[in-house]
Amino acid sequence: QTHFLSLSLQAKMSRPVQARRLEGIDKNIWVEFVKLATTYSTVNLGQGFPDFPPPDFLKEAFMRAISGENHMLHQYTRAFGHPPLVKILAQLFGKLLGRDLDPMTNVMVTVGAYQALFCCFQAFVDEGDEVIIIEPFFDCYEPMVKMAGGKPVFVPLRPKAPKHGKLMSSADWQLDPAELASKFSERTKAIVLNSPNNPLGKVFSREELQLIADLCVKHDVLCISDEVYEWLVYDGKEHIRIANLQGMWERTVIIGSAGKTFSATGWKVGWTVGPNRLLQHIRTVHQNSVYHCATAAQEAVAQGFQRELELYGKPDSYFVQLPKLLQQKRDWLVQSLDALGMKPIVPEGTYFLVADISEFKSDVPDVPDSDEPYDSRFAKWMVKNKGLAVIPLSTFYCGAHKNNYNHFIRFCFAKEEATLKAANDILQKWKREKTSS
Amino acid sequence: TMAFRHKNTRRIEGLDSNVWVEFTKVAADPSIVNLGQGLPDISPPSYVKEELAKAAAVDRLNQYTRGFGHPSLVKALSQVYERVFGRKIDPLSDILVTVGAYGSLFSTIHALIEEGDEVIIIEPFYDCYEPMVKMVGAKPVFIPLRYKNDGNSASSADWVLDPAELANKFNSKTKAIILNTPHNPIGKVFTREELQVIADLCLKHDTLCISDEVYEWLVYKGKKHIKIATLPGMWERTITIGSAGKTYSVTGWKLGWSIGPQNLIKHLQVVHQNTLYTCPTPLQEALAQAFWIDYKRMDDPDCYFYSLSRELESKRDRMAQLLQEAGLKPVVPDGGYFMIVDVSTLNVDLSDVAGKQPYDYKFVKWMITSKKLSAIPLSAFCGPETKRQFEKYIRFCFIKKDSTLDAAEVILKNWNKQTA
Repeated sequence: QTHFLSLSLQAKMSRPVQARRLEGIDKNIWVEFVKLATTYSTVNLGQGFPDFPPPDFLKEAFMRAISGENHMLHQYTRAFGHPPLVKILAQLFGKLLGRDLDPMTNVMVTVGAYQALFCCFQAFVDEGDEVIIIEPFFDCYEPMVKMAGGKPVFVPLRPKAPKHGKLMSSADWQLDPAELASKFSERTKAIVLNSPNNPLGKVFSREELQLIADLCVKHDVLCISDEVYEWLVYDGKEHIRIANLQGMWERTVIIGSAGKTFSATGWKVGWTVGPNRLLQHIRTVHQNSVYHCATAAQEAVAQGFQRELELYGKPDSYFVQLPKLLQQKRDWLVQSLDALGMKPIVPEGTYFLVADISEFKSDVPDVPDSDEPYDSRFAKWMVKNKGLAVIPLSTFYCGAHKNNYNHFIRFCFAKEEATLKAANDILQKWKREKTSS
Repeated sequence: TMAFRHKNTRRIEGLDSNVWVEFTKVAADPSIVNLGQGLPDISPPSYVKEELAKAAAVDRLNQYTRGFGHPSLVKALSQVYERVFGRKIDPLSDILVTVGAYGSLFSTIHALIEEGDEVIIIEPFYDCYEPMVKMVGAKPVFIPLRYKNDGNSASSADWVLDPAELANKFNSKTKAIILNTPHNPIGKVFTREELQVIADLCLKHDTLCISDEVYEWLVYKGKKHIKIATLPGMWERTITIGSAGKTYSVTGWKLGWSIGPQNLIKHLQVVHQNTLYTCPTPLQEALAQAFWIDYKRMDDPDCYFYSLSRELESKRDRMAQLLQEAGLKPVVPDGGYFMIVDVSTLNVDLSDVAGKQPYDYKFVKWMITSKKLSAIPLSAFCGPETKRQFEKYIRFCFIKKDSTLDAAEVILKNWNKQTA
């Protein structure tokens, strides 16, 4: 029938229906791995969410918001953030940053930290702008930069050998200063920093942050600082906020997450904190994409923060108790993996742990010339045959670098004791089968 | 001082102002009777709140769920909408759950509209359509609904598109037309014939249809909501958008959905996985349960989809009467919960008010300060060419409890007395 159509209509119909901005960003490993975990896993240490509940005080606050007298908590609230929430965030972050923050202009609430990241890239990255991403990275940074027309420029954390007899730590993965400096060009718009880092658990030291800060100031580059795991730091380490370094407040957007702070990932409440001259553009993106965030959860999170601000630094504070609890789980998992021969990299923060699976490679043979990285095939085999779900480290590398570190898997240890024990049982049984065969 | 070259990206140039940011702030004063922003001050049905309380009490429902939509919710949506569309709908591939219908509009436009494309927008329009189209580098092409002077009664049905004018707006660059029925702000419910005119053009020019149907249940006596996607040839080129906020009077839940063929929805899913990934879990579970309750009684007049509509019809009639008694001529809507009214007959002289804003902006601001009653100026819902045509209209929202409408009545009655 095409001869009945005009040439322009034929041309139109031969074009793809979707926009070019979706090119190269359609694949997403989570869709695949979450499906695999749902189908096969008996023990899920894959996707990053706790299998224990949010704290009682938070759940109670949510109940009050839902069932309380004020039914207007089921209607729209202020688009840039529910007033009680932005007020308490301004108070808390004002304290942490040693600044007077205006809740209306220095804070904006988002649908999880994920949407905060999206707003940042859309607000600041134009076609052709370069954005430096430190590998391994939370995988959404790359497609978000691409969707904004930007060019991701990758720089790896490189593992140094640990001290003799010690287990490798996330601190042993470091940036090479000269290599980092070489990534900055006149096209560099921003660098994405994630500390504490997912997946390695690295907590950047003051010196490491200073290195980054000096380059940002020198090249007039923005810093998108993903600090969602800010409260999950171990061994008495300190989470240092890069915005506190000289010259950085004015060029940094800090991103946080109620899901990670309060173990309620399903609430999808996040925020941005920064100077108004940056946040104003983030507000513009927000008002043209999502506009409002759900009200009741914001009300509950505000009350959660109120409690934490009152208990700040005290033993009862959830910000003290949660890392204490998670450190025990971390140590337990480190021990059990070490005993099994799966070499753990001890994380300084987050609830993730990366381990080297080289000793277990015999069960999943290498397939030369396969375009799927080894660790991905390993993880798929493991969930299907052993029922244990994890995430391959290559997920957190760009396409060109996926085979650089392809014998590592990431575990999430924000899990009940029973879950961690069950994971250990699976691995122990597997080890026994290997040594006896 | 240190160098700092960072300004906004090109895509958001000129998109920073927003009528809501301006007017919700002004109307936040509790002494003002707020008939402006479209949010109910009536309570959501109690079973809806109860389902949320139940969901929030389940530990795992406080953690991440499936990115494209919580399984029990997409299942419930597929069941309800299979009935409504009269076709099979696959919950996993034909549905995307988003943060409000707003999020669905955003995902659809970002997924399917290319830089340089044209998108037809019918005026007046829900104000976000224009900036969203501009943000993807596309060109909004406006066509106004025109009041055909056909008699005394002013009804939303009197506002129509000129078919020849509409046809002229389509060309080889037209990627999509955005349809909103029932329509905000006028309340028009497009008839089958009117939809057929649009559908014929979409088929002729291979154009997509983005159909914003958030007020789908709020249709008043004698009118029927028709889904353009059910017209021949339209399912394959239409994204139909719905809203929990409007369906269940829970605007603060910010849940919406896009329904359409897999080959279009899959691209919306790509946008979604690269923008916010998942929507909140407990809200989705609660919504799923609410839908099951009403799905089971879809043949029963007590179904909330119909009972809310009946409740609102009497509020609509009351609002219309109040405005008529104040000497105004409201446009009585066939659907939705908004009513527009021409205020030029009140002859309020605002020529000495500073600023270049259109008349209706000045009028609403004046009405808020001097009458303690708020509304929304209609020129906020127009493209640049038609602002003069619509600047004598303001929009009232009537999904308000009786005491709010009582307070509005007092103001309108006193107003009339003052000008008499």
